[in-house]
Order: sequence, then C-alpha cells, then structure tokens
Amino acid sequence: MAKPVTKKIFMNGLKKALGLLWIILGPASIIFMFMQAVDKIGLAPDGVAKTNTALQWGIILFIFIPISAGLVIFGWYALKGEYDKLPED
Amino acid sequence: MSPEPQKNSIFKVIGASSLGTLIEWYDFYIFGSLATIIGAQLFPADAGASALINTLAIFAAGFIVRPFGALVFGRLGDLIGRKYTFLLTLVLMGGSTFLIGLIPSYSSIGYAAPILVLILRLIQGLALGGEYGGAATYVAEHAPANRRGFFTSWIQTTATGGLFLSLGIIVVTKNLLGAEVFADWGWRVPFLLSILLVGVSIYIRMKMHESPMFTKLKTEGKVSKNPLKESFSHKVNFKMVLLALFGATMGQGVIWYTGQFYAQSFLENTCKLDFNDSRYILLWGIVFATPFFVIFGSWSDKVGRKWIMLTGMLLGIIFYRPIYQVFLDDTDVSKVTQQDILKTDKPEIKQNPVDGTMDLLYTTSTRITLTNGMSYTEVQAATKYESGAPDTLVKTYKDKKLPAPVFWKFVALIFFQILLVTMVYGPIAAFLVELFPTKIRYTSMSLPYHVGNGVFGGLVPFIATLIASFPGSTPLSGLWYPIGIAALSFLIGAIYLSNKKPDHGEASH
Repeated sequence: MAKPVTKKIFMNGLKKALGLLWIILGPASIIFMFMQAVDKIGLAPDGVAKTNTALQWGIILFIFIPISAGLVIFGWYALKGEYDKLPED
Repeated sequence: MSPEPQKNSIFKVIGASSLGTLIEWYDFYIFGSLATIIGAQLFPADAGASALINTLAIFAAGFIVRPFGALVFGRLGDLIGRKYTFLLTLVLMGGSTFLIGLIPSYSSIGYAAPILVLILRLIQGLALGGEYGGAATYVAEHAPANRRGFFTSWIQTTATGGLFLSLGIIVVTKNLLGAEVFADWGWRVPFLLSILLVGVSIYIRMKMHESPMFTKLKTEGKVSKNPLKESFSHKVNFKMVLLALFGATMGQGVIWYTGQFYAQSFLENTCKLDFNDSRYILLWGIVFATPFFVIFGSWSDKVGRKWIMLTGMLLGIIFYRPIYQVFLDDTDVSKVTQQDILKTDKPEIKQNPVDGTMDLLYTTSTRITLTNGMSYTEVQAATKYESGAPDTLVKTYKDKKLPAPVFWKFVALIFFQILLVTMVYGPIAAFLVELFPTKIRYTSMSLPYHVGNGVFGGLVPFIATLIASFPGSTPLSGLWYPIGIAALSFLIGAIYLSNKKPDHGEASH
C-alpha cells in the first residue's frame, strides 16, 4: 500500500505548491489586462472609437477583477491544504 | 410504486423541465445568432465593425449578469422551492425577448434603441441565471443517485437544442420573407414568436410538483435560512464553489461557446460564408452530435465525470487551431487564377456619394463560380476623391457558397467541436449537483456554472473578435483566449478534482 500513499503525498504537495502559482496568477492577469487596456485605448483613434474601446476594456476589467480575486482565494485554500481532502475522499 | 410508473414520472419531469429550459436558451441565443443584423438596426449606419463589436458587447452583457441571476434566483430556489422559482424566470425571459422584438431601430429613436435592448438583455441574463440551476437541480433531485448523469444529460441537450431552434427559425423566417425584408423587419419575428413558446411552457410547468428532496427538507424544517451566507461564507462550501469554477465550468464554458457560437461567427464574419451556409453547417453538426450529450452523461455514471470532461477540454486545446486553419484555407479565394474560374456573372455597379463630402464611391459586385463548385461575390469598392487625390480600391469577398465535399468537411469539423462540447457539458450538471448538499444546492451550483459559462464562455465571441482586431493579429489570434482558459481549467481540474461522487450524508432519492 506504500505506492498509493506516496502518490497521495506527492499530489498534496503539488496542490500546495501550485497554490502559490494561482495566488501570483490572479493579480498578474489583472496587471496584464490593465496594460493591454491602456495600450489598446491609446491606439484607438480619437472620438467614438476611443470611447468604445475604453468601454469594452472597462467591461472586461470590471468582470475579471473579482474572478482574479477568486483565483487568489482558491490559491490560498490550496496552499493551506484545503483541497488535500475533498468530501468524496 | 412499480418501476414503470416511476420511469414514466421521471421522463415527465425531464420533458417539462427541458422544454422550458430549451425555450429559455432559444430566447437567449436568437440575439447572438442575429448579431450582424441587429447591429445594423441598433447603431448608426456608418458604424461598421464597431456596430458588430458593440452588439456583441450587448450580447455579452446578458452573459455577464447571469451570475447575479444565479445568486438572486438560486437563493429564492433554496428558500421557497425549485418549481416556483424557475416558473418566474421563464416569465421574465419570455417577456423581455418579446419586447426586444418590438424595439424601434436607431433611425427612429436614436441611442434609446441600444439602451433599451441592453436593459432587456440584462433581464434575459438574470432570468437565465436562475433557470438552468433550477432545472438541473429539479431533475437531479427526481433521479436515482446512480443514474443522475443519464437523467440530467437530457437537460444538457437543451442549450444546444435552443441554439438549434434559434438558428432553424431564423433560417426559415429569412427564406420565407427574403433577405431584404428580413434585414428590415423580419428579424423581429423570432423574438416575437417567443411569447407563444413561453406560454406553452408555463402551462406545462404549472402542472409540475416540487422536487421530492426539497419537499423532504421543507417537511423536516431543514430548509436553509440564508443560502447565500451558507454557500459563500462557509469555507467548506466556498472552496468547492471555487474548485467547480476553475477546475470545470471555466473550461467547459469556453469549449461550449467556441464550438457552437464562435465557430458560426468565424465562418460568417471571418471566412465570409453565405448567411445560410454558415448556419446549415452548424445545424447539421448539432443534429449529429446532440445524442452524445446523453451518451457521455450516461457513461459518466459508470466511469466518473472528471476525465470525460477533461478529455473534452484537452482535445479542444490541441485541435482548435488546426481546425480553424482549415476553415480559413478552404474559403480563401484571394489566390484564384483565371483557370480556376468557370463562370463570371454580369457585374452590378453602384455609385454613391461618400457622406458629408463630394467624393464618390463606386461599388462593383461580381458573382464568380469556380470549377470546383465554389461561388462567391467579389466586391470592388473604388473611391474617387473630389480633391484629386489618387483613387483607392478595396477588394473584398462575401457570400461564399461551398462545394458539397467542402461543405460536409466543415460539417464534420463542426461536429467534432460539438462532440467536445458534449464531453464537457453532458456530465457537468450531475457533477455540480453532487458537489453540494440539497439545502444550498440551487445557489451553490448556479454561481460557478454561470460564471464559467456566462462570463468565460459567453465572452468568447466578444473577446476573440476583439483580439483578432488588434494590430498585427491574425484571424486565428482570437483562439488563444479559449485555448488558454481551457488549458488552465484542465490543469486545475486534473490536479484538484476527484473522480468520485461526494457524500453529503443525505439519503439518495
């Protein structure tokens, strides 16, 4: 029975280690989207097109900021070992 | 009770639930299927591509509010019951769809037109946010625990069925009325028709009974007092909400909307296929693939949900770019030589002044048929400047009709994409239902479902079109969005999800 136990320990370690990645990925994705927004709004011609571009990116950021916060919380839970044991295990 | 009446009863439950859900999806998708025409009606005539992007943004707004609908109606469903909640969502959806069909165009009421449509679209999104979780929960709570995948997979066919119905009614209406009348006012017919469909569905749903598991909870006085608090402030539930979102519904959402929505939008707007051809291809793909929802749903009862869903995501990650490259290559007519041309029709020439200037725009449209059976319209737009500046000539192609072998090859490629949809989507209702206990199920499962589908999935056409419009991008650049999201979800799902069914300590139905 040593093999399944070793696998379990490895998987739990991986889950925790990746938790750190999700914590970093959350804000990193928002920074990336924000930089894209500034870049693309800057490239748009003045007038209606600029307003439209700003509106579109505003919508994207508004939606993805709370989702990225969720990814950070998910990562935090993973790092703390909350997913080592699920209700079905 | 004998097994036979029980079987009849569950199929009545599935029939009544599925019909209403199918109609709600129909209501929701006719907007997306008519994005190009609605864009021309809602925005100024010279808005061009920005009208399409803005219409897609209004379309996307309906998806964005779905999670809020999930919270509002999910809470109601866990408090007062499943039956009355999804009856209410049906009325809201039908009413707002009908009213979209009555909104005057931009030429009549200016920017009030897109604003009113946006408001109605938001109501549609809220209603759908409440509907799906209710229907899936309702069916799952009537089904035996060991066959939940099979029984809920019927509900899973309704989203694709709704899309099929919307495309079918649009194509039939357009063919009956003609292209010009359809673009003028005929596009309103599919919206107005919704009121009849919803009426029938309300009548059927009124006759349904409350779910047995919810009734049992109510009788025992165990109904949740505050489903929102229990779902999202208790770590034991909230961590599962996050896992369901990032490890399953997020990837499932982008696979669904790439295969069934972006594909059609790509064929029509990027490959410039004929309006009907782009829809017929999708319709055939849906017809061939739909039974697989039930096959994969049923199979997931035997082998578990996790790996069926994740395999669907993985295949999407691997094959999307090659598939869309084939779409582009097979519809590319820019390299056609004289030897390839079988017939050239008489060109139609139009001369129009350019708005607000003395410049003239000459448009020459020529229908060309190739020896391989493909035909298309070549449009040459030449602008003659009053100032004496050199003339400009822009050549574009539209209304491409494919030869039969290429048409069926495209059907096969769309079928494959929808097959992936059936893998990720067939088992997911059972997966979500089983993840949460009965008393907070409606609320808890609805949120990750609608964030995954509504936000990540629903934004595929919008974000992919946006990415493809960036300077330096290629027509395939937009695919990086669904591929990236599916890859992230696959990784999280593979590592964190379990293939076993959770046990919430409840007696199975």
